[in-house]
Amino acid sequence: MSASSEPLLKVTDLATHFITRAGTVKAVDGVSFEVARGEVLGLVGESGSGKSVTGYSILGLVDPPGQIVSGSIRLSGRELAGLDDEAMRSIRGREIAMIFQDPMMTLNPVLRIDTQMIEAILAHERVSERAARDRAVEALQKVGIPSPRERLEAYPHQFSGGMRQRVAIAIALLNRPSLIVADEPTTALDVTIQSQILAEMQALCRDTGTALIWITHDLTVIAGLAQQVAVMYAGRIVERAGVDAVLDAPRHPYTEGLLGSLPSAATPGEPLRQIPGSTPSLGRLPPGCAFSPRCAYATAQCRTEAPEVSGQTLGGGVERQFRCHHPLQEPSR
Amino acid sequence: MSRSDAANAVPGGDAGSPALRALTAAPIVQLEAVSKRFVKPLDAAARIANWLGAGQREQVVHAVDEVSLEVGEGEVVGLVGESGCGKSTLGRVVAGIHPPSAGRFRYRGKTFEEMNAAERRQATLEVQMIFQDPMSSLNPRLRVRDIVGEAPVYHGLASKAEMGGHVAEVLERVGLDPVFMQRYPHQFSGGQRARIGIARALAVNPRFLVCDESVAALDVSIQAQVLNLFTKLREQLKLTYLFISHDLSVVRHLSDRVVIMYLGRMVESAPARVLFSQPNHPYSRALLANVSSLASRHMRFAPLSGEIPSPLNPPSGCHFHPRCLHAGPRCRVERPVLTELGSGHLSACHLNSPGGVGG
Repeated sequence: MSASSEPLLKVTDLATHFITRAGTVKAVDGVSFEVARGEVLGLVGESGSGKSVTGYSILGLVDPPGQIVSGSIRLSGRELAGLDDEAMRSIRGREIAMIFQDPMMTLNPVLRIDTQMIEAILAHERVSERAARDRAVEALQKVGIPSPRERLEAYPHQFSGGMRQRVAIAIALLNRPSLIVADEPTTALDVTIQSQILAEMQALCRDTGTALIWITHDLTVIAGLAQQVAVMYAGRIVERAGVDAVLDAPRHPYTEGLLGSLPSAATPGEPLRQIPGSTPSLGRLPPGCAFSPRCAYATAQCRTEAPEVSGQTLGGGVERQFRCHHPLQEPSR
Repeated sequence: MSRSDAANAVPGGDAGSPALRALTAAPIVQLEAVSKRFVKPLDAAARIANWLGAGQREQVVHAVDEVSLEVGEGEVVGLVGESGCGKSTLGRVVAGIHPPSAGRFRYRGKTFEEMNAAERRQATLEVQMIFQDPMSSLNPRLRVRDIVGEAPVYHGLASKAEMGGHVAEVLERVGLDPVFMQRYPHQFSGGQRARIGIARALAVNPRFLVCDESVAALDVSIQAQVLNLFTKLREQLKLTYLFISHDLSVVRHLSDRVVIMYLGRMVESAPARVLFSQPNHPYSRALLANVSSLASRHMRFAPLSGEIPSPLNPPSGCHFHPRCLHAGPRCRVERPVLTELGSGHLSACHLNSPGGVGG
């Protein structure tokens, strides 16, 4: 991608708040990132970090009392934030698609798969039903469902969990979207099924140039899949860079803590380098840096003043951003 | 058993093979060819149809199929497998929740039938289970004080007057502030609830803990805290664990020995170090190859094809053969037995036998 061309998706200072009688919950609070065509962005965070709400905001799926209060979401140069429902509906499913953790969020349990898939095509395009059916068969084939023509006539409950997730992915692919937002799509699946799905998603992105935002809590999946990683904590992206930069040389203490918490990174039997405390409630965030109560490096400044985004150029056009007053030293090489 | 044939029969006495005795520590728990079957009885309509000659049979799930296992005192055994492999059922058999359908379960050398009433009570108290989801295993209407304190008072380990002190001690041990004793489970975070579940198990002074996916639902940073707690408790209280998980990285971190199950059967068992460096069974190798790690960047996922077959109707011979790259004619008809490859390393695969996978 040349430096002048606009990225496929550019999110700037996105803020999605849930305004309730008990107070405002800032689920997403000033999030910015970009995704290029064919790129995989891993959006990592623990529960309540705002990673799913970020995904929902891009698709305009945030329901009241939640609303996008500020910021911009530009897809191929077109502003999505503030679009009305009808305009959003013509984009959703055609240009951006979503895959949920639970495929039954996508599938209607009382309709056959063919009804649902053909409907998704006809909603966006004027094609014959026969052409739509052929495209559905093709999509099922692409995600590795055996004998797709017969399986089209099945109901969702006749599929296993892994197969159901494949059907959901096939539906997301139907209209050849330029961006897919996948919210923990393999978390509920077994290890061997998870890697089957990862393999297929990877091949699809490579072959079709579809960009992917992969939302997960699992850094190890991201390591194998993504080119770019954004780490979220309490509604903010605390660090964002290429996958190697984030995983090998994190600058934010939270990223370092997450990596240290992984059992796969530790010597068996040795204690894990755990992060003390637990994730704060978004309704009652501490002042200053939200991570400061759990951070070993926190100072008085961290407890009063929220850190702004600092940037760093890593060379090769790769850039890194983080929000920290006392970023970790770069490893001297 | 409809698919039973000569090839599938495995002598029950196999459990006594020297390989299983090779452990250094005295076994605290012994399973000898333990099976657990769940039978769905025929309903009225099917019985009437049968009376007319329909010939319908009861559906039988072999959740655990002749598993032999010994856990030494102070050992941590990791039990790994995908959903439906019977790992949780095996854990429940060990914890005394399900009686085995066949085979023998011994605690410190005795089966429950051989124990007298006092020994049996002692044995059931000494083996405790920690469940995956604290929200469904903690009574939402009881305060933490009662959740943790009820069992020790009932079993006479603490008097009513001592209950508060006992509960406070156990809570401190798991890293919870005793002032939270008067709260209800919903007032805690996920990680704290996991600690309450652990405290409840510890309250009756167990020797052996069965942990069934006890960290699976936790966030990474909280999971690390709870894993560290398990390690600390093991050292302080000299506990023995059967640690059931689908997450190989968690099992690798905690376990001395790892057992891998597939569709109710044990396919491989080895010291953790050996299993992770030289897995033998094709299924174990596939599982390990699919573990994503931080080191594997931009990897090409090379998945195992196919899905786990239904345990209602498992494949003949070696259960894994429809998905196995090396399967031969023998795998389709003959059930492989566990054979010893090295010290304490057992694997059930025809590739290891002189006859190979041929017919």
